[in-house]
Amino acid sequence: MEIFQDVVCPVCGCLCDDIEVSVENNKIVKARNACAMGTTKFLNYNNDRIPSPMIKNNGVQKPVSLEECIEKTAEILVKAKYPLIYGLSLSSVESVKVAIELTEEVGGVLDNQTSVCHGPGVQGIHDIGESTGSLGEIRHRADLIIAWGANLQEAHPRHMERYSYTSKGRYRNGKEDRNLIVIDVRETLTAKAADKFIQIEQGKDFEFINALRTALRLEQIQKDKVAGVPVEEIEKLAEVLRSCEFGVIFFGQGVTQVNGKGRNIDGLFSLTRDLNSWTKFLIMPARGHFNVAGVNQVATWQTGFPYAIDLSRGYPWYNPGETTIIDIIRRGESDATLVVGSDPIAHFPPAISKRLINTPLISIDPAHSMTTMVSDVVIPSSFAGIEYEGLAYRMDGLCLPLKKLVKEPDNTMSDEKVLKMILAKVRELKKVN
Amino acid sequence: MQDILIKNGTVFDPINNIDGEIIDIAISKGKIVDKVDESNAEVIDASNKIVLPGGVDIHSHIAGPKVNMGRLLRPEDHYRNLKPKTSVKRAGVGTSCPSTFTTGYEYSEMGYTTVFEPANPPLKMLHVIDEFNDTPMIDKACYPLFGSNWHVMEYLHDNKEDELAAYIAWTLRSVKGYACKLVNPGGVEQWKWGGDVEGLDVAVGNFGVTPREIVKGMCKAVQRLNLPHSIHIHANNLGMPGNYETSIETLDSMREYAKENTNGKPNPIAHLTHVQFNTYGGTNWMNITSGAEHLAKYINNNDHVSIDLGQVVFSDTTTMTADGPFEHKLQTLTGNRWVNADIEAETGCGIVPIKYKKSNYIHAIMWVTGLEAALMIDDPWKVCMTTDHPNGGYFTTYPRVVTWLMSQKAREKYMEKVNKRAKSRTALESLDREYSFSDVVISTRAGTARLLGLNDKGHLGVGADADVAVYNIDLNKIDPAIQYWKVRKALRRADYTIKDGEIVVKDGEVVKSVPGRSYWVDSKVSTDLAKSVESEIKEKFKDYYTIQMSNYIVAEKNIINSSPITVQAEV
Ligand code: SF4
Ligand SMILES: [Zn+2]
Repeated sequence: MEIFQDVVCPVCGCLCDDIEVSVENNKIVKARNACAMGTTKFLNYNNDRIPSPMIKNNGVQKPVSLEECIEKTAEILVKAKYPLIYGLSLSSVESVKVAIELTEEVGGVLDNQTSVCHGPGVQGIHDIGESTGSLGEIRHRADLIIAWGANLQEAHPRHMERYSYTSKGRYRNGKEDRNLIVIDVRETLTAKAADKFIQIEQGKDFEFINALRTALRLEQIQKDKVAGVPVEEIEKLAEVLRSCEFGVIFFGQGVTQVNGKGRNIDGLFSLTRDLNSWTKFLIMPARGHFNVAGVNQVATWQTGFPYAIDLSRGYPWYNPGETTIIDIIRRGESDATLVVGSDPIAHFPPAISKRLINTPLISIDPAHSMTTMVSDVVIPSSFAGIEYEGLAYRMDGLCLPLKKLVKEPDNTMSDEKVLKMILAKVRELKKVN
Repeated sequence: MQDILIKNGTVFDPINNIDGEIIDIAISKGKIVDKVDESNAEVIDASNKIVLPGGVDIHSHIAGPKVNMGRLLRPEDHYRNLKPKTSVKRAGVGTSCPSTFTTGYEYSEMGYTTVFEPANPPLKMLHVIDEFNDTPMIDKACYPLFGSNWHVMEYLHDNKEDELAAYIAWTLRSVKGYACKLVNPGGVEQWKWGGDVEGLDVAVGNFGVTPREIVKGMCKAVQRLNLPHSIHIHANNLGMPGNYETSIETLDSMREYAKENTNGKPNPIAHLTHVQFNTYGGTNWMNITSGAEHLAKYINNNDHVSIDLGQVVFSDTTTMTADGPFEHKLQTLTGNRWVNADIEAETGCGIVPIKYKKSNYIHAIMWVTGLEAALMIDDPWKVCMTTDHPNGGYFTTYPRVVTWLMSQKAREKYMEKVNKRAKSRTALESLDREYSFSDVVISTRAGTARLLGLNDKGHLGVGADADVAVYNIDLNKIDPAIQYWKVRKALRRADYTIKDGEIVVKDGEVVKSVPGRSYWVDSKVSTDLAKSVESEIKEKFKDYYTIQMSNYIVAEKNIINSSPITVQAEV
């Protein structure tokens, strides 16, 4: 049996790096320290693999050689006038780098899951800026933690233990020294664990944030209730924010993907900025996929923009709402899509998914999904952080090295290698043409 | 790799005492050589052109989490400069926070071949290296931040000098850093509770050490480790009226650690960076003035100090520094967008966009301060030309700064446009010093390379790295003091840039992409000390950080062209 120490868990944005993985006969048998979500992945990732590269022929996917798939993919991409490359949140940073180069080469658009989850959070940085920090800062100092539309307990099971509420830091000895307030529309598990839960009405985050900012400025709120919360309670909350030593807001999709979207975020970022005139206050997103932050990081340093990057003019261009994948598909402009490790067919609105299928669709994925099932070309790949190594970025932007723990199945390779082969083929075809 | 012969160029190579002589430069296998076989070499006709060592930038924020946050903060900055892909170049964008590929290309097109990134948290060095790998054309290195580091403050508090030195050596080796950077020593830790330090002798809250003790202790440790570069310091009170006094006090506190060099003079041990931001007189924003005269006087009398300018160039740019409290002040002053990013156990970061306006009194004073410092400090070997990119202006404005140094006329012309009250309160007009080409080469190449301990760079002697720039400046026809705009134009786009013996830029355009190296320093301390300190670090690691110690260490396999420099420590 082989034991790997300090393994980074390639599941959620917490990127816990203290996992001890035991491997027997090229099979993971144990993942110590991982939460249930992490353990499930480590132990069961290998179920439901795509057995072979496939190309659809007369409506039926048929096993073919990898070379045929690469060739077909390259042909599709070279022929396309406005191809989309999408996904990558479950790939290594090295794979993302090749994907960007490929997008540049074929003159397409590179987009990522950010587009449909934390996009508004990213745009909030363009608008307002962000008072933030590394997760260790929270662990050492925060005496006030606010989870806003973020169900930490269920989406990031070890967040509280490692970085926030129950963690022990230099100046805080666990939850006795901290105050956890949950602001959400539902009483989640996180809300149940909190010192205080403030339930607000669905879709009223923006009103609530504004009321809170008003209260913070010690101005009068001209209403009895905002978002279903009595004004006195809002004023009390403002006082709690003002008087903490070190506060932090974690926000999730409960803020970014509801009514108000970007406006909610602009409001929260402004609130946090203003609070720094009173005390020390930070804000950070609780991000889902383990390397979604990494895609934003590498895209930003290579192209200047975090996602939705249009390279069809030769230089990078970015305009969310115009260059975001859903908007491009809705306008019927794209004519081919390459999906890497994502399942847009299952998650996009049905009308968009329908259009996606109407143009050539290629999937690179280790496992079956709704998207791979309807793809014209399917290329099986290996799992980042389990079967191939590389880098990933934690939700607070910290870079960590992913390990290779087991050998990948025959017939599969990393996204990085697959994308490199496609890129080489694309260049070859372009030269011939 | 083909040999290269640069013929008939006017060569400036101050390290080898060549001051505008017409000589040939021969290149083979990446190095400057005595001669090459002309019939087998690529011959560059450099007649009526100047030939300089490749540019060496001692301080420019080009990579890492802070720069990337700047890029993210400012999409509008990118739209001003959109760079399409070419057959050799990757696409890119950006002016004050350019993308990595574009950064490499633009430096190279200006004739620069080495650029050092001056401030990143040790914890984030893997990210820095990840960006370095995507920054082509230039050699790179990074100075990790130590000024508010918990280990450092604790070792100092416990008077553990040997252990401190060993800790620094361990950190540089582990995260692949090159030199030690101090930013607002102690103040950044205070900022994590919303405060700052006030002056050199007020202790940092929970640690019981003062900024003065941090500066002195770090300086001593760096000396004992024999690091190739001195302490790189951004003093307390940066950006505040009257702060020249703090800066001088800081420098003076380090003086006792200077060692003598072979000429019997003290070696530089303190590099006061972006001196412009550290050198104001006055007592408030209304009466702020340049304090350059005082600082210059100190530096002219003390040889343990070097500086870089951090010159302001009127433009729309982005300020970024580990000095979190300073950026917060700037945000409240300007109302501009603001990023803050504190890093556990180590440091912080702030970013605020800024538009330096000629009409603004304070901005005009800043402009004056940098130039006064450059002109009042007599010895060009002590002065490095920088804009603290992007804090004072973009690195692409270097040619403009150089012409301000070379031409009083250029300064006068410009001065007509700046704030009148600022103009009336500066000695700049009376300064008639004009940098010669040799002076410029010293402050952009020879001096910077020497201060960084890069013996094979900054000159064109036999054995040097074949990093060379050729510019279309005909000194028979152009007087830089008069036709300064022609110099500016020529310096912006090199006729040729040669990197490690290969032509990478021709007629101001990249013709070949090369990856460049990543330097880092391995200072060898005694084995026993190294061992005991490593186990101490291990013990604290779990308490201080949210990652495992093994994942903190940057593996060499993650670095393109990893280039360690090994030195022997005295502990
Ligand atoms: S919290 Fe997330 S990263 Fe940590 S072990 Fe669970 S799934 Fe993995
Ligand atoms: Zn700087």
